[in-house]
Amino acid sequence: MSDQPTAGEELPVIARFEVRRRAYLAPDGTVARSLPQFAADTRVLVSLYRAMVLTRAFDLKAVSLQRTGRLGTYAPALGQEAVAVGVASAMLPEDVLLPSYRDNGALLWRGVKMEEILLFWGGDERGNDSSGPAHDFPPCIPVGSQAPHAAGVAYAFKLRREPRVAVCLFGDGATSKGDLWEAMNFAGVWQLPVVFIANNNQWAISVPLRLQTASATLAQKAIAAGFSGEQVDGNDVIAVRAAAERAVTAARSGKGPFFIEAVTYRLGDHTTADDAARYRPPEEVQAHWKEEPFARLRSYLVSQKAWGKSQEEELAGECQERVEAAVDRYLATGPRAPETMFDHLYAELPKAYRGQRDELQGTPRA
Amino acid sequence: MTLVEAVNAALARALADDSNVVLLGEDIGVNGGVFRATIGLQQRFGRERVVDTPLAEALIGGLCVGMAAQGLKPVGEIQFMGFLYPCIDQLVNHASRLRHRTQGRLSCPMVLRVPHGAGIRAPEHHSESTEAMLAHIPGLRVVMPSSPERAYGLLLAAIRDPDPVIFLEPTRIYRAVKGQVEDNGEALPLDVAFVLREGRDVTLISWGAMVRETMAAADQLAAEHLDAEVIDLATLKPYDAETILASVAKTGRCVIVHEAARTGGFGAEIAASIAERALLSLLAPPVRITGYDTVIPLPRLEQHYMPSVGRIVAAARKVCQFS
Ligand SMILES: Cc1ncc(C[n+]2csc(CCOP(=O)(O)OP(=O)(O)O)c2C)c(N)n1
Ligand SMILES: [Mg+2]
Repeated sequence: MSDQPTAGEELPVIARFEVRRRAYLAPDGTVARSLPQFAADTRVLVSLYRAMVLTRAFDLKAVSLQRTGRLGTYAPALGQEAVAVGVASAMLPEDVLLPSYRDNGALLWRGVKMEEILLFWGGDERGNDSSGPAHDFPPCIPVGSQAPHAAGVAYAFKLRREPRVAVCLFGDGATSKGDLWEAMNFAGVWQLPVVFIANNNQWAISVPLRLQTASATLAQKAIAAGFSGEQVDGNDVIAVRAAAERAVTAARSGKGPFFIEAVTYRLGDHTTADDAARYRPPEEVQAHWKEEPFARLRSYLVSQKAWGKSQEEELAGECQERVEAAVDRYLATGPRAPETMFDHLYAELPKAYRGQRDELQGTPRA
Repeated sequence: MTLVEAVNAALARALADDSNVVLLGEDIGVNGGVFRATIGLQQRFGRERVVDTPLAEALIGGLCVGMAAQGLKPVGEIQFMGFLYPCIDQLVNHASRLRHRTQGRLSCPMVLRVPHGAGIRAPEHHSESTEAMLAHIPGLRVVMPSSPERAYGLLLAAIRDPDPVIFLEPTRIYRAVKGQVEDNGEALPLDVAFVLREGRDVTLISWGAMVRETMAAADQLAAEHLDAEVIDLATLKPYDAETILASVAKTGRCVIVHEAARTGGFGAEIAASIAERALLSLLAPPVRITGYDTVIPLPRLEQHYMPSVGRIVAAARKVCQFS
């Protein structure tokens, strides 16, 4: 402590802060602390488990479609399913989701169709005209730039006195951008109904968290913006759901913004265009497989007699079927006429550009 | 050597020759950059000279300004052009005018490398070509090579230049073109356009990846006995109007080709300058073949957005038939 310039001077402490961590299920499925209320109903937990399994089945299929040339670059969420699913399950349909590109579990929960997600990553804008809530934002690719939108959405709720919440998902890397800080700062000043959720998968492509920040937690970044942040075990869907539910409920009742850092791990490559073996040892990945979110929840459900082998097999078959059917619909999606690249550019295409659109008319469909 | 290998070779050469050169950007270290342009450089020159930054483009731009003012020679990397925009503030308000603001007391010898353009079937926001926006900023230089040889020589020139240079690297030809590059540390001149092919009938002007289609168009035109001159602009700001005007004075006809959207594209600047300074040598109105005035489409339609060889040939034919 003597190396701190003010330590010896015994100046009065004017502020102290704490950051708490939430976790219920240990990796082996044993219960580490008493479960939140919703978890008393194992049917709720089963629905979360099912959503995670579907997310993973979809994700694996998307990667294999990319590998066989039937999908563009894709960002898998392998190992991070509990974050997207846990968060989405705590939202109401009228809330607004502002996701990043790795949050398909949340999109699916909110009613986006698998074939729509595939269409977007297959390089077709029609995928973003999705079947989820019409007020949700599409996945955001410029990292962190959705955070100010979330504050803007929340401001609209506040202005209109609507009991709704904006929920913004982003990665650990995004917390390095000014956008994040600027949005949090404003949200703090105006006590906005917005929940910021950092999916801390510990990597931003090849950059490990320690090169991203010297901060001990991401959660504490909220403190400087004047609201609280909590760290949760992002591989424990019960913890994610509990934290998100508390935050969303508080925000809805006017108690202002909240920040959640969900600590998980990116078990896959950054995207299908990336080879993580170039920059992180396979042993590290192997070690994190022991903490992934499925096994612990399954063990717990089995211990509660709420799940078993036959359900597991049935679910696998059902997910397989649903994914395959969605892939069929995706692959059967008809081509677009080239001139549709001018669709929805403006409310009405200005006269100045109609000539360009007409020039494209008649060229073959793609 | 591919274009991206030429970039790597020029960076290695600059790091070896000048201890003030520092590279910085996202994933440029261990990973060697998402396009592998900096592969092996951190291993060779260390973590202090090849810096993996946090995910923050405003930071990268601003760090370059501060380092440059201190006499370092920072070479920043932006991962894709669509992620350049957070650092526009640093470019417009600071990098481009630090010298002017301080009347020469401080300067900003930085380079910002930015992958440019579409055609690699990349996701949303990965296919931008907004070079005209940059070329609009007084005090910047904007450079875009179209071959490995020019990538090597122009990047060395950019790093040695005493002022800020935006170096745009066309992703579509990072690996698609190969060429003989001698790693001799020799720079090519900035502000000079390259005449890649001489011809009498029509001048085709382009830059970056579109030079490929433009050259292919010239080949097709030759089969029709139309003799096209092809100019690779290479440096957009400040650009070499003399080479263009001399060519148009000879041919009297010209087609300007760029991938970026049409309105306010850099083709407009060239056409204006031809109209102002070469009107009387024109035998036909200058024509622009460009991307459309819409958002660059996702991969399914991107080929329809980009100027094709066919469109360039048709335009050149029409220009040549004009009387
Ligand atoms: C502003 C911006 N800069 C760079 C990129 C390229 N890029 C895509 S994802 C990524 C890493 C993001 O890391 P993180 O925020 O931790 O999210 P994760 O991918 O781990 O889910 C980078 C650098 C981008 N999409 N946007
Ligand atoms: Mg991350």
